[in-house]
Amino acid sequence: MILLDRVTKTYGRSGTPSLDRISLHVEPKEFVIVVGQSGAGKTTLLRLLTREERPSSGKIIIGGIDYDKLKDKDIPLLRRKIGVVFQDFKLLPNKTVFENVAFALEIVGMGRKEIEHTVPKVLDIVNLKGKENRMPMELSGGERQRVAIARAIVRQPKILIADEPTGNLDPKHAWDVIRVLEKINRYGTTVLLTTHNQEIVNKLKRRVVTISHGKIASDKANASYEIQS
Amino acid sequence: MRRKTITFSRIVEAGMINFVRNASLAIAAMAVMVVTLTIVLFSIITSATFSNTINQITDKIDISVYLNDSITPAQKDGLLTQLRQLPNVKSVSYLSKEDALKRYIDKNKGNQDLLSAVNETSNPLPATILIKPRDLNKIQDIKNFLTKKDVAALQSNEPSYSGDRKAAIDKITHATNILRQGGIGAVIIFTIISALIIFNTIQMAIFNRRDEIQIMRLLGASTWYIRGPFVVESIIYGILSAIISILLVNAAFAASSGALQASSLGLLDIQYASTYFTSNFLWLLTLQLAVGIVIGAASSVIATRRYLKFKTSK
Repeated sequence: MILLDRVTKTYGRSGTPSLDRISLHVEPKEFVIVVGQSGAGKTTLLRLLTREERPSSGKIIIGGIDYDKLKDKDIPLLRRKIGVVFQDFKLLPNKTVFENVAFALEIVGMGRKEIEHTVPKVLDIVNLKGKENRMPMELSGGERQRVAIARAIVRQPKILIADEPTGNLDPKHAWDVIRVLEKINRYGTTVLLTTHNQEIVNKLKRRVVTISHGKIASDKANASYEIQS
Repeated sequence: MRRKTITFSRIVEAGMINFVRNASLAIAAMAVMVVTLTIVLFSIITSATFSNTINQITDKIDISVYLNDSITPAQKDGLLTQLRQLPNVKSVSYLSKEDALKRYIDKNKGNQDLLSAVNETSNPLPATILIKPRDLNKIQDIKNFLTKKDVAALQSNEPSYSGDRKAAIDKITHATNILRQGGIGAVIIFTIISALIIFNTIQMAIFNRRDEIQIMRLLGASTWYIRGPFVVESIIYGILSAIISILLVNAAFAASSGALQASSLGLLDIQYASTYFTSNFLWLLTLQLAVGIVIGAASSVIATRRYLKFKTSK
């Protein structure tokens, strides 16, 4: 589902790469946690997957799409296949909860009736029933994050990338978000989660990829948090 | 197909909403566009008025060729045929000695002194060929023909070129050309300024909404889904500006119609400007709309380009 082959990313002309010959293979329906300290290269990795950045060298293939052969005009099509949850939510502030989620469907040209049928279902999955008409400002951090997740999954992507979705949340809300991710994964979506929340990593018992100084330090199944801080 | 229709209607709707929300920016952009379009309109009307005046005067001007009394009908017909074949000759007419006398008497009715100089028995007037040229600026080829030896031999006097009028016409033609060029220059400059201001206006609108654009981009919105509303918004600027501009000019003509009728600047027929505007109203409106739409659409496409580029550097 996700394949990275010796991917290196160097910003500007500085000598030290943010990512240094990363190779990673993620199977369909897998739940992978990427951990690493700030600046280790987690965000760079995700930005490469969403084609916000291009690798300096190496190969990236996602869902059968080879990024080297991807034309600019096809980037939107790629992004429609990947759901992304951002650490800072990236909700549209002047749209309601319903409109924010519907927005992802409007982009792909879905009709109004279909949207009105689909959005409530997804809001139900993320436990936001009854808050359709709230504005993002009126929601708690955890609720906003779940709106972002709803928006990411409403198009039923094969891959969901969640960049520190619990980073801004207190433990209770953080777990709400993680439960939703697990639920989506059970429905068959490949989930790639980055976090540096030790407790979550240890309790989830999933495959953990540790990135340190731009390299993969370890890659283990049913693993726990291994970074000394 | 259905998806495309839905997407298109969403783009148009978003553009209209943007237009309403960016009211203050819209007013600034439209003010400049109205000025630009009004100048375009003004240049066209002025140019048409001058052309009309020149045509009117040109129509009145002719070259008179005075023939020898001894000319044979064959020579006369030959000369007429040759003249008709000159490219710059619009029409040729022939006045016999008798016709010339009649015309002379007609013209000088009430002036006994001049009339007494001629009478039926001794007609001093020569038979005359009247030539109307197509283009006054290219009269030289006709002159050349008339001064050729064999042609000159058939004439009793030098041809008359409506001398003093020609000088006046030359001046008007010259002034018109300068005005026309100045008009084109003004149109170009104002079009550029207007495009730049609309460009800036839209860039400001985009700057205010750059986060939104980034989010749309990350969610996989296509270039035109993001750009479309901005283009629609600027096309609305263009359409409204064109309508405002043409209404302003219309109001100006209506308000000054009395004054226009009274003032006729010598040879210049100012009244024609109003007539031209009224009779070409639809055409002018279409042109204004086209210019407004093109300026709006082009500047918004360029303004959005920077924000929609994907990273290409490795």
